[in-house]
Amino acid sequence: MAQLYTENPLNSEQLIPRNETIRFLLDYSKALYVVEIDSQKLDCLLN
Amino acid sequence: MKSTPISDAQLVNNYINGQESALSVLINRHQQRLYGFIFSKIQNRDATEDVFQDTFIKVIRTLKRGSYNEQGKFLPWVMRIAHNLIIDYFRKNNRMPKFNNRGDFDIFDVLSDGTASIESQIVNGQIANHLRVLLEELPSEQKTVIKMRMYQDLSFKDISEQTGVSINTALGRMRYGLINLRKMIDKHNISLTN
Repeated sequence: MAQLYTENPLNSEQLIPRNETIRFLLDYSKALYVVEIDSQKLDCLLN
Repeated sequence: MKSTPISDAQLVNNYINGQESALSVLINRHQQRLYGFIFSKIQNRDATEDVFQDTFIKVIRTLKRGSYNEQGKFLPWVMRIAHNLIIDYFRKNNRMPKFNNRGDFDIFDVLSDGTASIESQIVNGQIANHLRVLLEELPSEQKTVIKMRMYQDLSFKDISEQTGVSINTALGRMRYGLINLRKMIDKHNISLTN
């Protein structure tokens, strides 16, 4: 007899961000550093 | 022996002190909850991706600037940032209506990249063929001038030199040639437009 049901939920698509997004955030974090000049904080990005 | 997971507060502290890998753990730990929260409000995968990214950019900048207030808990703080960005997203979208390609209307049916479609190219080819056939029906002097002008892109000065007639005569032959072409087109009821 054919299997009429499944243990997998109908909407098995996981709601998680894309790998590219995570990779971008981690790279952004590594590249970002803050410089303090005259009590002002400036965001700088390493190339 | 079971190891206890590092708390968010400890990970945040490690990250502020320069341990980049702590951020990866924090994102991994909370990504599903945060992403689900954003998606539940926006209902659009691409926009959710943008808001999720902007949320963590704000988190990273705040932590790196040393402006994070440790009194609050990490996840509620991140959720609050996401909540504010979701509000910004809806505000911006109300000002700038966008087209979704799901309905009957597709914006790409209207937008063109400037190049002729295959259908236009075929129709243009047919028009050029019809015109060549009609040209053959003209008196030879008129046909020669039109061909030299239209197909070889010669100036009337060059045409007059090559055919041994004055510029005015070449211009006259061109003019009568075009008038005769129009007459033939009208007579045979030919459509030469794309």
